Amino acid sequence: MTVATAPRSAVRDGFSLAAEARTAGVVWRRELIRFTRQRARIVSGLVQPVLFLFVLGVGLTPLVGETGGVDFTQFMLPGVVAMSVITTAIFSGASVVWDREFGFLREMLVAPVSRAALVVGKAAGGATVATLQGAAMLLLAPFVGVRLTPLLVLQVLAVSLLMSFALTAFGVFVASRIQRMESFQVVMQLLLFPMIFLSGAMFPLTGLPAWLAALTRINPLTYAVDPLRRLVFAAQDVPPEALARFGTGVTLFGVRLPVITELVVVAAFALLFLTLSVRAFGRPE
Amino acid sequence: MGSATTAAATAVTGHPDSAPAVDVRGLGKRFGDLEAVVDVSFSVHRGEVFAFLGPNGAGKSTTIKMLCTLARPTAGTARVAGYDVVASPRRVRERIGLVFQDQTLDEQLTAEENLRFHAVLYDVPRAEVDARITRVLDLVDLADRRTSLVSTFSGGMARRLEIARALLHTPDVLFLDEPTVGLDPQTRVRMWEDVRRLRDEEGVTIFLTTHYMDEAEYADRIAIIDHGRIVALDTPAALKARVGRDVVHLATADDEAAATRLRAAGYEVQTPADGVDVVVDDGEAPAAPIVPALDRLPVRQARVRRPTLDDVFLHFTGREIRDTGGDGMSFARKYMAARRR
Repeated sequence: MTVATAPRSAVRDGFSLAAEARTAGVVWRRELIRFTRQRARIVSGLVQPVLFLFVLGVGLTPLVGETGGVDFTQFMLPGVVAMSVITTAIFSGASVVWDREFGFLREMLVAPVSRAALVVGKAAGGATVATLQGAAMLLLAPFVGVRLTPLLVLQVLAVSLLMSFALTAFGVFVASRIQRMESFQVVMQLLLFPMIFLSGAMFPLTGLPAWLAALTRINPLTYAVDPLRRLVFAAQDVPPEALARFGTGVTLFGVRLPVITELVVVAAFALLFLTLSVRAFGRPE
Repeated sequence: MGSATTAAATAVTGHPDSAPAVDVRGLGKRFGDLEAVVDVSFSVHRGEVFAFLGPNGAGKSTTIKMLCTLARPTAGTARVAGYDVVASPRRVRERIGLVFQDQTLDEQLTAEENLRFHAVLYDVPRAEVDARITRVLDLVDLADRRTSLVSTFSGGMARRLEIARALLHTPDVLFLDEPTVGLDPQTRVRMWEDVRRLRDEEGVTIFLTTHYMDEAEYADRIAIIDHGRIVALDTPAALKARVGRDVVHLATADDEAAATRLRAAGYEVQTPADGVDVVVDDGEAPAAPIVPALDRLPVRQARVRRPTLDDVFLHFTGREIRDTGGDGMSFARKYMAARRR
């Protein structure tokens, strides 16, 4: 027998935060390594938002017009950052379906580590990757006349991290429910596009018919997209009439929510799906 | 919690050499009305190569899953590396290495990256990781592919890498579930040489399942499992000795009639798919009295055979092992999935 094993398990007796962190860390690192090896995924993740910003955004600008120096592309920029983050994060989380299909999920699930550490690591990995993709969209800001300040960049990164963490956890949970690869594309189409369309990424959420307003209010992404736009607008000299026109802020039961409340909603969403994901992978046969 | 205290004490002091690596008492698993495993008891000594032999669906995989804490027993107890699989699943998992039928590597990572991932999950001390990686890759002869992406590996190489990975954290018991399914014959031989070497050099106990007769010969002891029950358990030599006698194999014009006539003449007769087996005490002399018993039924072929594991299996289960290769489907699915990606 080799000597090396004997004393170690004594350390593992109870909960060890260091061990949990190491586990989450290695899962996080794997997500990053895989991401850098998938060039096609990076490129396709960039193309779609660029299309939305420069084709749809620029195309609609003559129709929407300009108010107080703000036009539709400036309205769209934070929306496009959000879209990029949302898509990348959900797909990162849902890559658990591939992990299952190719067996690697089993390597993780049979290891003597907690499910929570694995899910947190996965969510952190997805969040990092998605935030990088979202940050890449910020490079387009000068082309549509949005001014970036160091503070704004930090704020956008922070909101993106929170938002993508929540969405990766959501993606992991969805993936835990999907047993077959065939169902994956269908489920994604059914979830992803409605969630993006109803999030306020592409049009202001003010003055909507009641049914549409209600749908946007129950979409958790709404509470992540709005803070992004408010932060971006706050860093520009946006006159009040433009703020009114491109309605920022989400009103719930007549109350306009402060940014911090919106972020708490997103954090709660993250916590909920983190917990559900851990439970989904916790059952033995 | 008397048993937990004992387990903890054992963990600190190390195991006495006499404690079995695997100890199973009255183990059972029921899925609704289906009894997959029934009252299974056995123990595996430290440093032993122990094979579970049985057809697909006999309960091999269910048993191995319970021992690896992946399935909960519905009856009985099992201790692996000194720990109870239900009371201390995490302890058990720390002490075992697992190689499944289906691949569980990340193909987008290199061999070394796969191993480093495993080292963290199994808490291999950081100072030892590099040396262990070099060691296990040497053991399975993959040292030169250390930095290659796993997607460039052949099926045999991938399986060897999985074995290397399962050994990385110096487990007490290595579980191999059908380790050679889907591999070509040459690779299978190679794999068995590896397994024996692991036992000799790493001192690890090896528990494996197989439905290939020829492979079970490599094991120190074999448990034959059928319909969820162990029907025989011994060394390959002892099992053959228990089946005991030699067999005269006949191919006749009418095997059914031949069997009936031989039975009427007082012979012990078995009927495999391709002829009639007559059990005799001594294979050298006996052909002469058999022929009259056939009552002029033409014999196309006759040969004397010493017992093999196939006979042992037939003897204990009353039928031949079906070599259906139940894994073919999932390999095909994986291939399709890989192409779609």
